Amino acid sequence: MLLNYIKSVGQYFIMIYDTFKRMTKTSELKRLILQELDDLIINSLGIVVFISFFIGAVISIQTALNFSNPFVPKSLIGFASRQSIILEFAPTFVSIIMAGKVGSFITSSIGTMRVSEQIDALEVMGINSLNYLVFPKIVAMCFFPFVIAISMFVGILGAYIAGVYGGFLNSDEFFEGLKEDFIPFQVFYAFLKSFIFAMILATVPSFHGYYMKGGSLEVGHAATTSFVWTSVIIIFMNYFITQLLLS
Amino acid sequence: MIKVTDLHKSFDDLEVLRGLNAEFEKGKTNLIIGQSGSGKTVFLKCLLGLFIPNSGIIEYNGKAYQNFSKDEKRELSKQMGMVFQGGALFDSMTVEENVMFPLKMLTKMTSVEMKARVEEVLDRVNLINTNHKLPSEISGGMQKRVSIARAIVNKPNFLFCDEPNSGLDPRTASVIDNLIQEITHEFEITTVINTHDMNSVFEIGENIVYLENGVVAWKGTKDNIHKTTNQKLTDFVYASNLFKKVRLAQQQGL
Repeated sequence: MLLNYIKSVGQYFIMIYDTFKRMTKTSELKRLILQELDDLIINSLGIVVFISFFIGAVISIQTALNFSNPFVPKSLIGFASRQSIILEFAPTFVSIIMAGKVGSFITSSIGTMRVSEQIDALEVMGINSLNYLVFPKIVAMCFFPFVIAISMFVGILGAYIAGVYGGFLNSDEFFEGLKEDFIPFQVFYAFLKSFIFAMILATVPSFHGYYMKGGSLEVGHAATTSFVWTSVIIIFMNYFITQLLLS
Repeated sequence: MIKVTDLHKSFDDLEVLRGLNAEFEKGKTNLIIGQSGSGKTVFLKCLLGLFIPNSGIIEYNGKAYQNFSKDEKRELSKQMGMVFQGGALFDSMTVEENVMFPLKMLTKMTSVEMKARVEEVLDRVNLINTNHKLPSEISGGMQKRVSIARAIVNKPNFLFCDEPNSGLDPRTASVIDNLIQEITHEFEITTVINTHDMNSVFEIGENIVYLENGVVAWKGTKDNIHKTTNQKLTDFVYASNLFKKVRLAQQQGL
């Protein structure tokens, strides 16, 4: 079993290497990248905005309710919301949500192409199917940090609205907390890990779809396995990057 | 022409092809037949370059594949067309886009030239007014014809078909068989068809190779398959009651 895991890891890195070989015709590649931008980035914005707004609001309310001591300044609500959203919620949890949405989409679409021999058809034509299928996804996912930036903004907006209009603190206190002890490096850290998670989101589900075996039932199985592994790798990498950059 | 000498292919401990020798002639419909698990698909995928054989030689027009440079291999793949069992059409593309795809990816033709060529091949496979339909909006027989059109659009020298008439009604299956044979003769292509269908064997089998346990157990044509003394081949070909009765009638001179 351990050998199989090691073999899969090796196969994953070979896949990434092969993705950058024998590039597809530029005109076709442009079309594919725009298509993937639409599927993976634009179509994810709705769910990201919705979740970010309400999670931001809940963070604000939870913080307010848990700090009822009059000696604790109310601006802490703004501070805690900012830290939770920028450091963890937006980059990590949105990535895990995306592992479910984007990851399953990637695995099932590539897996279906494998099952219906469309990948074999590309190879027979002399086209590097990995470059044709995976490379545009990698390029499109380079825009994932923009999604995270939107998530950060909307999350903080949700925290502001819930905190201020919920009567927990006033607008000035919120902004004071928002600016308190602000370390720009933490934003860089958040975007750096968003970018690393984006690469995981583009390649791990592609790997599970591309090398799947069997029929349509296995496509569903591969999508589930892909979600589990993408989430596990994101959570592990989150720990690793945090240890490396913040501790 | 394709010549295969002593081809071996294994998957872990399972040896699928065990020293296979065969020759597929230009301008003829060459059929590979055999029971499930006899190695037909693996053999076809070796010919297509999708599987790398463990040993043996595959020659395309007299030159061994192993001796091809990277560019020559790429050039060879441009000369190959493939009709997959399920069609393998790209779901998100229309019929026209599917057929145009090899031209777009592999040639420097202008869009006007590509459109003209697509019209020409769609007309050749008798598909009219389907250009803007998606594969899911046309019948199985039409999908096979689109697949054939896509396979021949780049004027290949080698055409490979994996069970081209599986899942089709007998009449449509016969139309597809005849279409492949006509195209083979018209464009002087080396066509290799992997099939289970005995109607195809008797209709278009100009050169038949019967596989058994990864080796060629019989070679011949549709005319001399009736006279074979190979018991396993006879059991395979005349497995259905209808064909058994036909054979009995032939033997009785009816």
